[in-house]
Amino acid sequence: MNAPSITTAAQTQAVTRSFDLNAALKDAFKTTLITLGLSIPILAYRTDQAGADLFLTPRWGLVAIVCAIVFGLRLVLHAFTASRAYGKATPSARQATEAVHATPSAFQHVSRFALPMFLGVALFFPLIIYLIQGGLTESRYWVDLGILILTYVMLGWGLNIVVGLAGLLDLGYVAFYAVGAYTYALLSTTFGLSFWICLPLAGILAAFWGMILGFPVLRLRGDYLAIVTLAFGEIIRLVLINWVDVTGGGAGISSIPRATFFGIPFTAGEGGFAQTFGLEFNSMHRMIFFYYLILALALITNFVTMRLRKLPVGRAWEALREDEIACRSLGINTTNTKLTAFAIGAMFGGFAGSFFAVRQGFVSPESFNFLESAIILAIVVLGGMGSQIGVAIAAIVLVGGPEILRNLTFLQSVFGAGFDPNEYRLLLFGIGMVAMMVWRPRGLISEREPSVILKERKAISGSLVKEGHG
Amino acid sequence: MEIFVQQLINGLTLGSIYGLIAIGYTMVFGIIGMVNFAHGDVFMLSAFISLIFFLILTTWLGISSVALALLIVLVIAMALTSLWGWAIERIAYRPLRGSFRLAPLISAIGVSIFLSNFVQVSQGARNKPTPPMVQDVIVLFQGASGYNVALSYKQIIIMIVTAVLLTIFWYLVQKTSLGRAQRACEQDRKMAALLGINVDRTISLTFVIGAALASVAGTMYLLYYGVVSFNDGFVPGVKAFTAAVLGGIGSLPGAVLGGLIIGLIETFWSAYFSIEYKDVAAFSILAIVLIFMPSGILGRPEVEKV
Repeated sequence: MNAPSITTAAQTQAVTRSFDLNAALKDAFKTTLITLGLSIPILAYRTDQAGADLFLTPRWGLVAIVCAIVFGLRLVLHAFTASRAYGKATPSARQATEAVHATPSAFQHVSRFALPMFLGVALFFPLIIYLIQGGLTESRYWVDLGILILTYVMLGWGLNIVVGLAGLLDLGYVAFYAVGAYTYALLSTTFGLSFWICLPLAGILAAFWGMILGFPVLRLRGDYLAIVTLAFGEIIRLVLINWVDVTGGGAGISSIPRATFFGIPFTAGEGGFAQTFGLEFNSMHRMIFFYYLILALALITNFVTMRLRKLPVGRAWEALREDEIACRSLGINTTNTKLTAFAIGAMFGGFAGSFFAVRQGFVSPESFNFLESAIILAIVVLGGMGSQIGVAIAAIVLVGGPEILRNLTFLQSVFGAGFDPNEYRLLLFGIGMVAMMVWRPRGLISEREPSVILKERKAISGSLVKEGHG
Repeated sequence: MEIFVQQLINGLTLGSIYGLIAIGYTMVFGIIGMVNFAHGDVFMLSAFISLIFFLILTTWLGISSVALALLIVLVIAMALTSLWGWAIERIAYRPLRGSFRLAPLISAIGVSIFLSNFVQVSQGARNKPTPPMVQDVIVLFQGASGYNVALSYKQIIIMIVTAVLLTIFWYLVQKTSLGRAQRACEQDRKMAALLGINVDRTISLTFVIGAALASVAGTMYLLYYGVVSFNDGFVPGVKAFTAAVLGGIGSLPGAVLGGLIIGLIETFWSAYFSIEYKDVAAFSILAIVLIFMPSGILGRPEVEKV
């Protein structure tokens, strides 16, 4: 299944200085025809319901717009590839003298000061927003967004252990998120346990589930592993929906106790957070506390991961990712290696889940569907499978990006008042995943830092083969 | 007893639909070794295409004969869905040959998300009920308790269409040069290319055939349930994949057999145990089969080469 393709290599194009406009036009026309064919029933007619009957509303104008866009894009693509092919035909002097001994790449140069900057922005984010927005209440939206992004950063880092480091494609990661969330929800509503007791319990339980689900899939690899983990994720979700006595079914569990500031509740009255510290009561205090809580949790995840990578188990994960058979022949216990990856990845998922429950105050199975798993996976993949900073950037792009989409209200004047750009979030998301795999399968940050270096830094296979056969 | 016979009929009908979808999975896996995750959504899309053309034919063109309308819808849906199948392979999978192992799967998940959201955005998120097309039933026999065992015309149509298309398709794969090329690529893609088979074209055709059969399943699904919505692709898709794995992935008779078994298990599970957990049953079977008998019932055991 991994055989290098012979046929695609045959597409060598004669590099010419001039751009063949005729051929490009012809090809763009063909593409437009195909687009027309694809959009005929689905785009051209919309099924609307009136009473019990369906009727069709023609939308040929939309089809025409889509076809025109495709035509234009295809022409631009042709022009782009032509100019790039010309650039490739005249090689630069640098290409010939590329050394095996790796020199720090541009990314490594940037990351030297980019990382502290990121961390600094993250640490002072509420303050910055406070200053920009000029008030606590005004900054609610941005802090909320920050919390959301950090939750996904944490989930991404958690899944990164399983997918990025150990190379086990897990499509059911959201199950552990759900386990964590329901652990807190159930323990706090039935036994009245506080968040700080539930948090480690949620992590332990999720890790336990990681082991349980990891055990049967030890023999599987690649696609099969992905599908089985998907099945497990769906089974857990369906059980949460149907086990009404315990989980409340589809309605979920509501009125989950809110977190306290180490015992001091965020209430307006006597003994509340605001009164204790002599502040004016503001519901934003809790939000900012949540922000720092998830920031701390995410940083712990990152710290632990970075440390684990240097331990034998972390190195075993990375070896497993590169080649399982070689790994086994060298005497690495693949069973333990896989199980620890599943368990530790799941544990961080559990932490994030219990944070989710305490932030929302409400959990329902709908928050833990397959799409959520796909989003977390997309964050890891987009981030470059194994790169910590890449995952953080990807989370910002994928979770923060749609928020920009939400604010593109000027598009309404183009497409009419009923146009909601946010509806197209998943559409762009799907296209993005495909485009990523086609153009940069190694992710945004395709740099893989070696965890351990013997004497001097050498170029490893991962950096020599940019889009290799990992 | 009466319930048993009735469920047997229902299960076989459902199983035919799953079998048709499963062939798409099994062929693609056989030839390029990837799980075409988007196949379930192609099936859903084809149900929408059928729905729209059925409406065009009956309300605008005034075709009153349901049989004729169905036949036209089937042909058009097959053609258009094939185009989708071809385009998806061309855009999302072909550039990934020779990329790392999980790239096609991730790309396929992207396509799947794209397709379901595309339909949601362009057609709306609501369920789309169709006017009932074929309603007549044949009462086979009446049980002692007054329970009628009925075989509806639409079940007959579904089973016959499935059987006919499978026969045509079987002929295509076993007897024509296209089928030979397809089987050759399945065995050894590099060798097939050296012997002058256009591998890219063969793979494209595999996707086209898979999509065409999925569109038949989509039309039949619409006929059977009379309602379709944008997220109807995922669960039937996973069940059909389960069928493909159960029958032995890469094996065509296996896919049909697996589809029938999954359809029967699902209906009997709903009838005798609990309807809520029918999807759990299907997902559990998927996990169990993949873990304990990954080569399925009729499949060849996979030999791992280092």
